[in-house]
Amino acid sequence: MSGDDDLLEDLLAGKHRALARVISKIENRAPGYRELVSDLYAHTGNAEIVGITGSPGAGKSTLVDKLAETYRNRGETVGVIAIDPSSPFTGGAVLGDRIRMASTVGDMDVFVRSMSARGTLGGLSTATADAVKAMDAFGKDKIIIETVGAGQNEIDIVRTADTVAVLVPPGSGDSVQTLKAGILEIADVFVVNKADRPGADRTVQELLEMIELGDGSSGFSSSGGGHHGVDAMGEGDSSPHSSEGSGKGEPDEADEPDTWIPPVVETVATDGTGVDDLIEDLEHHRHYLERSGTLAERTRRRYGEEIRTLLREDVHDLLQDELERAGGVDALAEAVRTGETDPYTIADEALAPLERCLEELEGERLESVSR
Amino acid sequence: MSEQETRSIRCLVAKVGLDGHDRGAHVIARAFRDAGFEVIYSGLHKAPAEIVQAAVQEDVDVLGISILSGAHKTLVPKIMDGLEEYDAAEDTLVLVGGVIPEEDKAALQAEGVAAVFGPGTSIEETVEFVRENAPER
Repeated sequence: MSGDDDLLEDLLAGKHRALARVISKIENRAPGYRELVSDLYAHTGNAEIVGITGSPGAGKSTLVDKLAETYRNRGETVGVIAIDPSSPFTGGAVLGDRIRMASTVGDMDVFVRSMSARGTLGGLSTATADAVKAMDAFGKDKIIIETVGAGQNEIDIVRTADTVAVLVPPGSGDSVQTLKAGILEIADVFVVNKADRPGADRTVQELLEMIELGDGSSGFSSSGGGHHGVDAMGEGDSSPHSSEGSGKGEPDEADEPDTWIPPVVETVATDGTGVDDLIEDLEHHRHYLERSGTLAERTRRRYGEEIRTLLREDVHDLLQDELERAGGVDALAEAVRTGETDPYTIADEALAPLERCLEELEGERLESVSR
Repeated sequence: MSEQETRSIRCLVAKVGLDGHDRGAHVIARAFRDAGFEVIYSGLHKAPAEIVQAAVQEDVDVLGISILSGAHKTLVPKIMDGLEEYDAAEDTLVLVGGVIPEEDKAALQAEGVAAVFGPGTSIEETVEFVRENAPER
């Protein structure tokens, strides 16, 4: 226990080794990690968290590298969490994103950590959220989460971020692809990386069409009109902030802050083209989040999700032990196969004691916290 | 609440210095992956400081350095010093693979290298060594 106290102290004191070790404990679910993470919360809340996702080969790592370099040039410290898949058979993984972080090597103030999916049932998103906490408490100004945009799991992870950028490489399918549900819905900013490749213009066009169609109805963005990018420019350049929006007779101005329409940015990550534009858009989104109260809402929703995931995992672990006592899941599965029982009956029976316990405790517990 | 440890052996496979042949490093990375380890590959032409940065940040259990250039006598000690600086030397299992003359092995081991695997070492042997010697934390 005292070892963990030292570890926390060292992390807060800015020791890289301690940060690395805390993240390992989180990943390993090593004894005591829960107390450690729970102590971290008191020191968090200062970092801005950006999620980067997109299909494999979209150029995420290279773009993250350039983002990190730009932030560093502005004197900000950066934490990067790079997620790679692991083998479903052996659990092994080659975590290869770090290799593209070439611009910032040797700079300890860019702390890159590779992670893979080890557990099940939201284990990765919990571990990622906790690792973000560790980097936040350590004092990183910007934290970038980079994931493979391959599935629901990734969507959970990027939701750990305040702002989500989705990379769409040129020529990634026809316009029907942009109508499909999933990864594109979670974008706060679209990035057409490799914009020097043929087909980039068309991809930008298709995204713009999609955004227009979906204006205000999908994902996190609330309803309203107008294009954010244009308005933000207008605010910054022309009006000298003399009036609080209402004076000059522009009726839409007052409603504007409640709206976010994802902009589409073109970048060429390999040479840094468009990276400044992207950072500007990320900042606009950040301001929007703060101005509109969406940040609080999003943070609340995220913590809600964390609580749910944690509970799901914990209940799962509890029942895992119960399963072992019953001779393991294989025996039960065999019983289903031979028609002796069915999965629903088994689940009901396994959960029955838990339900009874909770009923007996009724009225005593969580309500006191939320009041 | 229950805490089911999901420990996984983490390895950094590192190419340091100027040699441009990384087939061996790829083979090892793949073999480690298939053994269920988590492998971080450094890429080619890394400076010792870069390897140290990666090893510290990634908190690896095992650092496998692949060197074919003959520069192991200068590069490996630099890495070991760097690990020392970040209090990471003690609990990182450092392995060297590549073309290392017999007479240099003792010097590397004196630097803190746990084992030197020359040409012809079998993959199984290397994986087994890692399994048996990965530091307990």
